[in-house]
Amino acid sequence: MRMLNQYGLLAVCIMMTFGLPACKPRNAGAAVTGDAAERTYVAPGKYDEFYNFVSGGFNGQVSVYGLPSGRLLKLIPVFSVFPENGYGYSEETKPMLNTSHGFVPWDDQHHLELSQTKGQPDGRWLFANANNTPRVARIDLKSFRTSEILELPNSGGNHSSPFTTENTEYIVAGTRFSVPMGDNQDVPLNSYKKNFHGTVSFISVDSSSGQMKIAFQLMLPGIDFDLSHAGKGPSHDWFFFSCYNTEQAHTLLEVNASQRDKDFIMAVNWKKAEEYMRQGKGVKKQVSYVHNLYDEKKHSATSTVEKEVWVLDPKELKDMVYFIPCPKSPHGCDVDPSGEFIVGSGKLAALIPVFSYTKMLKAIADKQFEGDYEGIPVIKYAAALQGEVQKPGLGPLHTEFDGKGNAYTSMFVSSEVVKWSLKDLKVLDRAPTYYSVGHLCIPGGDSKNPYGKYLIAYNKITKDRYLPTGPELAQSAQLYDISGDKMQLILDFPTIGEPHYAQAMPADLISKGSTKFFRIEGNAHPYASKGEKEAKVIREGNKVHVYITAIRSHFVPDNIEGVRVGDEVYFHVTNLEQDWDIPHGFAVKGAANAEILIMPGETCTLKWVPGEAGVYPMYCTDFCSALHQEMQGYVRVSPVGSSVALTFSTNKAEPDSTLAK
Amino acid sequence: MKKLLVLITLSGLIYACSDSGSEKKDSSTGEKESKNAAAASSYDSTKGAGKFTHVDLASSLDHKMADGGKAVYDVKCSSCHKLTGEKLVGPGWKGVTERRKPEWIMNFVTNTEEMLNKDPKAQAMLEICMVKMPNQNLTDTDARNVLEFMRQNDGVK
Repeated sequence: MRMLNQYGLLAVCIMMTFGLPACKPRNAGAAVTGDAAERTYVAPGKYDEFYNFVSGGFNGQVSVYGLPSGRLLKLIPVFSVFPENGYGYSEETKPMLNTSHGFVPWDDQHHLELSQTKGQPDGRWLFANANNTPRVARIDLKSFRTSEILELPNSGGNHSSPFTTENTEYIVAGTRFSVPMGDNQDVPLNSYKKNFHGTVSFISVDSSSGQMKIAFQLMLPGIDFDLSHAGKGPSHDWFFFSCYNTEQAHTLLEVNASQRDKDFIMAVNWKKAEEYMRQGKGVKKQVSYVHNLYDEKKHSATSTVEKEVWVLDPKELKDMVYFIPCPKSPHGCDVDPSGEFIVGSGKLAALIPVFSYTKMLKAIADKQFEGDYEGIPVIKYAAALQGEVQKPGLGPLHTEFDGKGNAYTSMFVSSEVVKWSLKDLKVLDRAPTYYSVGHLCIPGGDSKNPYGKYLIAYNKITKDRYLPTGPELAQSAQLYDISGDKMQLILDFPTIGEPHYAQAMPADLISKGSTKFFRIEGNAHPYASKGEKEAKVIREGNKVHVYITAIRSHFVPDNIEGVRVGDEVYFHVTNLEQDWDIPHGFAVKGAANAEILIMPGETCTLKWVPGEAGVYPMYCTDFCSALHQEMQGYVRVSPVGSSVALTFSTNKAEPDSTLAK
Repeated sequence: MKKLLVLITLSGLIYACSDSGSEKKDSSTGEKESKNAAAASSYDSTKGAGKFTHVDLASSLDHKMADGGKAVYDVKCSSCHKLTGEKLVGPGWKGVTERRKPEWIMNFVTNTEEMLNKDPKAQAMLEICMVKMPNQNLTDTDARNVLEFMRQNDGVK
């Protein structure tokens, strides 16, 4: 045993001498600091220091973790139906998932951005993108619910989204796929160069209500827009986007979009775009997209079809859009806290270019262009370049900042995080990730004032990090303490779906304002029953509206007769509780739709179409009190044409008869 | 020496464990006990725990307040409380203003969790009803109005 240890030690020494940085510790324990448990332990009953909002990727949800514990606090359904609370199943929330293509139950959610005031997360809203059927969502951080979803016309693959300007003036949405636009979209695929275009949308956000509106779109060449970040401080008026596939390939992009040594960072002067809009230079295009809004007073969503969008063409409107060459197939596009440096991470580049905002402005003023790309000026690479981080690792993807002059870039191919100095672009430290890291997150790490205490790496490959669970595994995330000179791995935690970008901020900026329940007095749902006196059952043709109340631990009514086969029965359940954390659930046998979960003071509707005559049990699905198991009732369903009167009651041996209206 | 250390440690442990118990007789715990006793005796179980220590009641009914109380009752209380003496989920309200002081009632409806945790009468009712009364988040005005409605229900004119 001792021999083995000595050999082991020798092996480590040899590895350290010759192997770095290519060889990394391969087992779970090797890279962990001794007091890691102490630094991530949050005692029972104590709160975490940060909220960590993590995109769900292909599950279409957002998950919320506490840091530094890595405890999962909540899943927020955004672009996918959610069996936990009936989102997308209840009548009230179905409109949230409506699109111009109809009801879409599941989308792919990639990036998150917290709303900002003066360049810092303000804890009001969280924005999320849907990649597949292009949309942007706004989540309310008082209720932790999706409040709004806006579809994007003239778009395919809404990837470079939903990043914000410093005061949440705009959220952007850029197209990963260029697509044909206008009246005739039935065009040959090999007419790509002629017919396909990309767009970037600027979505204005109302500063008090948060409501989103497409202010304008930029019509752009048919290339792929990947990621983006807004300028800040001196570069406030600008937005930067990474672009790839400047080859304009429409097949085997793996090869055909990797031909050119440099693609672009696109710089957009959005103040200039605003000016053109004011001057009436925008062109109104006829399109069709939907705008879904959730009303917290009515506890209901509405879906509205919009028909117009304003488009600006940078080929005609000068001084608004510029390209900066960037090696090679850039992915991440990140702006440092000072707003001076723009970091482009070329997936296929062996270096990380850092551009200077000041130099870019000077290059534009001096007309240092190497030419144009489809009518848009291309700035000379060297003229805008601050410098290059040499030999950072393989496959640079994304960069976050600690507010102390350092940048941290994820290296997908070499599975590591590389810390480098913004001052001299020298690599300072590198830490292995397990495995194949994608996005990084530092609390406030893309804002003006990052909280540079922790860094989280969201990895694409999990393999052996946790107990095996068959072929499908949870994704692995790693937490690093970055308060010192060296990054220290202190925690592994599994995540849900496939996290892409994430955001984190100090918990107390959000937790203090968290909604505890909805005031029953303020419930403006058209089918609310505010008190058991208002509970009733009403027939309108073949529609039966059941106004039903829930409180620990009974329903009113809990005996219903006179429903007929084929009726559309709507159970409008109002939870009369006015206390924190007392939801009630509702389920009725044979409901093909779902169950629902109703928060205190809320009204929520389950649609049920009984197919056969008989007696159907209904009950509360959320353990609400010692007598939860007693919280149940019956619905009698009679054949079509039956003369059984519509009656309803609770606690009546002989039910009161109330004739159907 | 080692044994002595163990003994000292053990006695320390016993001391620590018995801190909240009642067997230790030395002066420091004695003092603590008397403080506890004082705290216990200072709890006025007729008025209950909460912010209401003194409620003035007029001899006649304030009808406006009673109407306000009825509105709150309909939305937040009637699910569980009948106006007769019959128990539904919770006890019926008939005679409640004779059984309980106004302060107790207002404390119970606004400070429900603490009352259920420490008040002997509230705990006795919980043993009968087996459902913890929900805190329905009544404002102070709501609570006073509900009290007036209870008085009306008990025959105050």
